[in-house]
Amino acid sequence: MYPFIGRRLLSTIPVLLVVAVLVFLMLRLTPGDPAAILAGDAASTEQIAAIRASLGLDRSILVQFGIWASNLLQGDFGSSYFYKMKVSQLIGQRLEPTLALATLTILIAVLVSVPLGVIAAWRFGGWFDRALMGFSVMGFSVPVFVLAYLLIWVLSLKLGWFPVQGYKRLADGFWPFLHHLILPAITLSVIYIALIARVTRAAVLEALGEDYIRTARAKGLPEARVLVRHALANAAVPIATVIGIGIALLIGGVVVTESVYAIPGLGRLTVDAVLARDFPTIQAVILLFSFAYVLINLLVDLSYVVFDPRIRY
Amino acid sequence: MDLQTLSVESANIARREGAWQRVRRNLSVRIGGVALAFLVLVAIAAPLLGTVDPSLFDAGSRDLRPGQGGEIMTLDGELLKHKFVMGSDSFGRDIYSRVIYGARVSLLVGICTALLALAFGIVFGLCSGYLRWLDGPLMRVMDGLMAIPAILLAIVLVAMWRASILTVVLAIAITEIPRVTRLVRSLVLSIREEPYVEAAISLGTPTWKIMFGHILPNCVAPLLVQGTYICAAAILVEAILSFLGVGLPPDIPTWGNIMAEGRVQFMAYPHNLFFPGVFLAVAVLAVNILGDGLRDTLDPKMAKRV
Repeated sequence: MYPFIGRRLLSTIPVLLVVAVLVFLMLRLTPGDPAAILAGDAASTEQIAAIRASLGLDRSILVQFGIWASNLLQGDFGSSYFYKMKVSQLIGQRLEPTLALATLTILIAVLVSVPLGVIAAWRFGGWFDRALMGFSVMGFSVPVFVLAYLLIWVLSLKLGWFPVQGYKRLADGFWPFLHHLILPAITLSVIYIALIARVTRAAVLEALGEDYIRTARAKGLPEARVLVRHALANAAVPIATVIGIGIALLIGGVVVTESVYAIPGLGRLTVDAVLARDFPTIQAVILLFSFAYVLINLLVDLSYVVFDPRIRY
Repeated sequence: MDLQTLSVESANIARREGAWQRVRRNLSVRIGGVALAFLVLVAIAAPLLGTVDPSLFDAGSRDLRPGQGGEIMTLDGELLKHKFVMGSDSFGRDIYSRVIYGARVSLLVGICTALLALAFGIVFGLCSGYLRWLDGPLMRVMDGLMAIPAILLAIVLVAMWRASILTVVLAIAITEIPRVTRLVRSLVLSIREEPYVEAAISLGTPTWKIMFGHILPNCVAPLLVQGTYICAAAILVEAILSFLGVGLPPDIPTWGNIMAEGRVQFMAYPHNLFFPGVFLAVAVLAVNILGDGLRDTLDPKMAKRV
């Protein structure tokens, strides 16, 4: 087990290296000069050149990459061009909302979608099953921001259950924090629910066709126990896998959701940084998101051991 | 009984129906296909559907509710009476015209992205699956690309280039190429072991001919399915990019742009968001349903998995 974890952790290094190089090249080889944007419209060519030199953008790409990479290995993400502070500090400020939103979303999504998928598989072909599959296709197709405004319109403006926008830090008290976060999390969880429910249904359906289910029913186990302990337990591996894959969807959704609900998180930071050509921040945020994605999928791989004792690393 | 009744010719009574017939009979394909065809028709016939030039605006007809009448100034300075079926935005532009013309951009982006991603994915996937020395380096780059969440990658790419339909298509295609490459590669790895490929190799068929003439035709069905999903995803991502303000310039009427402008006044005039949102959702839904139908009929192995 531990050698496997070590090997897998090592194998993420080349992937992240490729990400780092790709993002770096993408930013440097495209038009759009951060110095010109920072200097503003009225700046002279000399002023722009001076800013460029102070940011180190006048050096060759190879030297720039070398400086950035060696700083990165020492845990230094560099300084933001735009916010005039360390990128690590900036990310630290924006981490809480995004982390909270993502956690709550995953929680809601798993708690809702897995039971739905199990029931749909149990009543395969019935009205519930068909309704869920219909919902699932809808969930994939309705864009996050359309759904967000629909929910704000109904739940916040008409019914007044939730605040329209904004974010309260956890330090401001747990209830206001949760109250502001629930609507964004529901919005974001819909596509995730659609995805997990679909896979849960397919996996449980396959498990229900196995002989041990017939045996379990034959020995008189209650149906709920058959479904949970026998069918769902054997369907856990694909479900865990799709939760891991869905993290990519989730990260994309976070960017949009934070923008609609005015949550000052990493997603908003990404869009703002991109618009301001804030290279160090963009590089750090993308590297961070990619690392989170790779790491979560590593955890998913490891969770197989828990769900399926036959799997050993 | 003479031998004639037992002949091979009489056995074709129970002929297996072809893939195309199965596709045409599938309900999802029909619903999705009809809805999509309708949208394509609307997009093509946009000037004939009672629309005005989507860039026209009139200060006198700002923020009209759906169904209200008003006036709009043409480019020649002529004042037209116009009924704002879907209302107007804060510049006094006709939402209906913008939504209808927006269908052109969305469908164009969706289809072009799918074609581009498929083309590159096929070439990379064939090379990676068949030319083993290329496999390692190529797939490492693809792994790296896949590790970056698609929307983030698209946002960065588009924002760095000057946003135009071409760069938006290119950016979204780049996020989809790794997935197509993986799909083609996995298909090639199983197809290359088939006897007919071995036979072709033993006959001295050139490698490129084996790749494109023998292996590629057997990947068509899964690629067609994948293509529709890419099309749906591209329409969505384009709208998201425009909505976030990093996509196509605001003067190009796209569903995302209309919504981006409408969001400021969302509380007072929700119709600015409602109509483009509905069109966007219906378009994506139609393509997704079509894809599901194609998957069920053309690619039974994949259908079983999800």
